[in-house]
Amino acid sequence: MSHLLGIPLPAILGQLMLGLVNGSFYALLSLGLAVIFGLLGVVNFAHGAFYMLGAFAAYIGLQLFGIGYWWSLLLAPLAVGLLGILTERLFLRHLYRLDPLYGLLLTFGLALIAEGVMRSQFGSSGNSYPVPEQLRGGLNLGFMVLPVYRAWVVLASLGVCTLTWFVIERTRLGATLRAATENARLVQAFGINVPILVMFTYAGGVALAAFAGVLAAPIVQVRPLMGSSLVIVVFAVVVIGGMGSILGAIVTGLALGVIEGLTKVVYPEASNIVVFVIMAIVLVWRPAGLFGRE
Amino acid sequence: MILRSTTAALTVLLTALTSVAAAAAAEPVVIGDIDDLSGVYADASGPGGAEAVKMAIADFGGTVLGRKIELLTADHLNKPDIGASKFREWADQNGLNMLLGGSNTGVSIAMSKVALAKKVPFLEIGAGGSSLSGADCTPYSIHYAYDVTGLANGTASAIVKGGGKSWFFLTADYAFGTQLQDAATKVVTANGGTVVGSVRVPLGASDFSSFLLQAQSSGAQVLGLANAGNDFSNSLKAANEFGITATMKPAALLAFISDINSLGLQTAQGLYLTTSWYWDLNDDTRAFAKRYFAIMKKEPTMDHAGFYSATLSYLKAVKAVGSTDPDLVMAQLKKSKISDMFTSDGHVRADGLMVHSMYVMQVKSPAESKYPWDYYKIIKIMPGDEAFGAQADPTCPFLKN
Repeated sequence: MSHLLGIPLPAILGQLMLGLVNGSFYALLSLGLAVIFGLLGVVNFAHGAFYMLGAFAAYIGLQLFGIGYWWSLLLAPLAVGLLGILTERLFLRHLYRLDPLYGLLLTFGLALIAEGVMRSQFGSSGNSYPVPEQLRGGLNLGFMVLPVYRAWVVLASLGVCTLTWFVIERTRLGATLRAATENARLVQAFGINVPILVMFTYAGGVALAAFAGVLAAPIVQVRPLMGSSLVIVVFAVVVIGGMGSILGAIVTGLALGVIEGLTKVVYPEASNIVVFVIMAIVLVWRPAGLFGRE
Repeated sequence: MILRSTTAALTVLLTALTSVAAAAAAEPVVIGDIDDLSGVYADASGPGGAEAVKMAIADFGGTVLGRKIELLTADHLNKPDIGASKFREWADQNGLNMLLGGSNTGVSIAMSKVALAKKVPFLEIGAGGSSLSGADCTPYSIHYAYDVTGLANGTASAIVKGGGKSWFFLTADYAFGTQLQDAATKVVTANGGTVVGSVRVPLGASDFSSFLLQAQSSGAQVLGLANAGNDFSNSLKAANEFGITATMKPAALLAFISDINSLGLQTAQGLYLTTSWYWDLNDDTRAFAKRYFAIMKKEPTMDHAGFYSATLSYLKAVKAVGSTDPDLVMAQLKKSKISDMFTSDGHVRADGLMVHSMYVMQVKSPAESKYPWDYYKIIKIMPGDEAFGAQADPTCPFLKN
């Protein structure tokens, strides 16, 4: 068996693969954050809560209405997106002219409320969501057995990330969005309803978080605090990639998942801080982030 | 003039003094509960524990020595400094007579220092670390419901004797996890098994699959899960998903029935675990569980039963000595037998550990489970001395003097 730095090669390949799976979640979540920050200038601290709500929407849908996994992938982001619209209309839009700190505090408060409400309803230890029939079993890759579901997570996440990137960077709608962030008044003068555009952007970013939540539901316990442990890492990913950079969020998300995976082989105790160490280094070397434009 | 104002001052002083005396006669007996009410241990212990204390107070009649019994509750948020400062505040300002709770070994260690300084009996329920009756013990603390030694002696020895000789540990990287791994390692090697490796996982990790692959490549027969709560649930789920449970036997070193309920029998079936109490043991436990269920809509865990029993034991001791004096009450607690629905053969060892029978359980398969919450079958009943050891922990500081 061949070795690399004293570690068996299959072990490294296995960890790379798992890193890619975790990176897929980071990419999806940081993408939503980047879209919201890039186009609204809001640091959305409620992102982890929306991710959690997405998972709970799938769970509740299955328990109460018998809505299966595949429909949940579509319906849960829609439902949570609707919640995002409410949040934007009722609260966030009043804060656009203020310092970003206010948006951060507001969304942080909303996240605490959402977690508290879910905890009083469902308890803290969470619930199990079954892996869909079609995606059970494992793929033998030679160096490891990869559960089919994890492979699906990577595909689904990459697909949605690519689609989002394409919409924002390559379509007319995306061009309008980007123009609206550069100069809202000018775009408004062309007869485009900018507030509505902003509202749907926020809903879209939030729906991405909910989509990630549904993807995660069969893997982890669906519980109120599932987002709060993840969101901090995701913020670090966004900072490393460059605040507001769409491509940066996707690439950094995947890359950091892989780096974290390798850390788990070499020095497991450090696996939860390696992302922050990298963040510190990047901030010193390139304050705007790896893909930042400023 | 001077005389008159002196008289006035004296009158005021006397009135004040008599009212203090009157207040003292009617002063309530204050019981506090500081626990994780909102975090990872909130289901295993948390608000349900406070509810169990209320049940015990009501069952005792609501008063002791003619004084009303009051309950204070607070959330320690799993932060040792918050737990300790709340405890100190209650002791200084609210006339606290006894404290319960303390899920999270780190928080309990911090609070036991306050118990010693303020001379307030502290009955530790949710924390597992065995140092609470060892290096961190105090004359005022009782480790009531379970400890890692009892858990390891149950689960680890049952599995090693059943042929699971080589172990790999997945350990939560803090005081509780490492103490649990140490305790289990002792049991495994003492019974002729070996520990081939371990990995320390940061508390609350979002993904366990990487660590599990390491466990799998170790070639060990047994996967020792030295963690708790969500870490336990998520690691067992991932072990199932990656097919690791097909080649390795998972051993839950600490699992509550709330964890099994949230995982579902499909995932948890066949698992060995050790518990100090189960709701479906006998008529007494079922009667308590039925009343608890009516309020909380879920079956009580061993912690919840522990809260109930600890409150009753304390109140009985107060009644027996006719005082809330901490030294008298502690002496009474250490010499009396504890027999209620939690345990029929409990006693408090000199170092403060409450010694009682422990149960080695196996989680039923969905087919074996006949009614809701019918989750465990008893593999073995371990007498208290076998589970915890008959001798007091020699590292306990106040026993050395």
